[in-house]
Amino acid sequence: MDLIGFIIICIKVVVVFAATMLAVMGMIYAERRISAFIQHRLGPNRVGPKGLFQPLADGLKFLMKEDIIPAAVNKPLYLLAPAMLLIPALMTFAVIPFGSSLTLFGRQISLQVADINIGVLYILALTSVGVYGIVLAGWSSNSKYPLLGGLRSSAQLISYELAMGLAIVAIVLMTGSLRLNDIVTSQQGHLFSWYVFKQPVAFLIFLIAVYAETNRLPFDLAEAEQELVGGYHTEYSSMKFAMFFMAEYANMITAAALTVTLFFGGWDIPFVDEAAMGNWGALLSGIAFILKTAFFLFLYIWVRWTFPRFRYDQLMNLGWKVMLPLALLNIFITGGILTIIS
Amino acid sequence: MATVVKSYEPTFRDKLYIPALFQGLMLTFKHMFKKKVTIQYPDEKHVPPEGYRGLHRLNKYPDGRIRCVACEMCAAACPAHCIHIVPEPSPWEEGKERYPVRFDIDLLRCIFCGFCEMACPEKAIELTEIYDFADYSREGLWIDKAGLLEIYELTKTQNYYTVPNDE
Repeated sequence: MDLIGFIIICIKVVVVFAATMLAVMGMIYAERRISAFIQHRLGPNRVGPKGLFQPLADGLKFLMKEDIIPAAVNKPLYLLAPAMLLIPALMTFAVIPFGSSLTLFGRQISLQVADINIGVLYILALTSVGVYGIVLAGWSSNSKYPLLGGLRSSAQLISYELAMGLAIVAIVLMTGSLRLNDIVTSQQGHLFSWYVFKQPVAFLIFLIAVYAETNRLPFDLAEAEQELVGGYHTEYSSMKFAMFFMAEYANMITAAALTVTLFFGGWDIPFVDEAAMGNWGALLSGIAFILKTAFFLFLYIWVRWTFPRFRYDQLMNLGWKVMLPLALLNIFITGGILTIIS
Repeated sequence: MATVVKSYEPTFRDKLYIPALFQGLMLTFKHMFKKKVTIQYPDEKHVPPEGYRGLHRLNKYPDGRIRCVACEMCAAACPAHCIHIVPEPSPWEEGKERYPVRFDIDLLRCIFCGFCEMACPEKAIELTEIYDFADYSREGLWIDKAGLLEIYELTKTQNYYTVPNDE
């Protein structure tokens, strides 16, 4: 790889990282405002115009707080856990294509940090590693509520990971590739070439599983403020606590982007040929991607303030008795139809 | 006669749960645009309804003389024993014979029951609509005769909270 190529990749990494962190801040603001609106309240509206600087104030507050490490914790793991959660959450975004390709000074730049041919596997692997952060935090805290939270999280992991993976398998079957860029290009054309219309069952399963994956309501059993005090992060304070939240929101952003990539055509604008429009097409596709992702992020918040939490056994029932058989059946049918067509 | 209560049999549509989920989402979406109930307190103040029992005041006659005759009925009626009156013969030639030299209310003890205004034969003590009179010291919540008369001046013509601030 030449030097310029290396610099370009560095710039892309910085841009994606900055955009993700900015989106995390935006999400913290949006969550607080939208939850307030749903409950007929105003939400934070004092810091800056319309309260837009509230996340900065929140972050500053977390930095100023005393960082307490309880005496009974398993120190190395306790310190590792927040990073274990946050780093995979940020790394996952690397393979998601957020636009078609730019052409600058005769050089083609694809709007994606790393175009690896096992993108889907990479994402599945990293999001699963993220759950270890929660389990470790729960276990190393050496306290009953975090332990219960970690335990629930691991139980959630095994009941959802399968259904989610199998839902994606149906997409992979149709595309014939694990590369996310290929999945996006195979959805180009008109609106109904998006996989959400071709694979509605897979989409539903994936969407539900992704809520469990990111520990959001109605599947936030690992946190469950009302029953578990704070769940896995009860013993954490100051910036370590903030890291759990940054990780949660970063995970949501990645999950929303992944949902868009797999089922809503990624950066594709229906009926528009982005490649023919050059750099403007790249810009438009990037905006389309951001808008689609923003919708799914809004959906996260919307769902959180609408549905009550699932009980532990209800979650197991849904995961093992409904979603897993449904996902298997979906693969079976998809495979059958594909065989007949070819 | 015993009646048979039919239990609700979920239909296929119910068992899918998806339509119900969508219904729920639409409900919260509608609520997002409803009127907000928040009152942004220091900027805008809640106006209590008629009959609200807040801070006390001592009423005056139109000529400026205090209505109170220091009969101590209010102090006797007070379940919290928060009213302290020192009576004296009035300095005026005609009219009432007694008046209070001191009329103190310990607001920390007061339970704002309104018994004092009911007990008062002269309609001298009344509860106003003022609710935000918090203070940093115990002394600050001990209101004397001058203070009570001042509250009367503030509230005699209009509601304390409908008066525009900073004027």
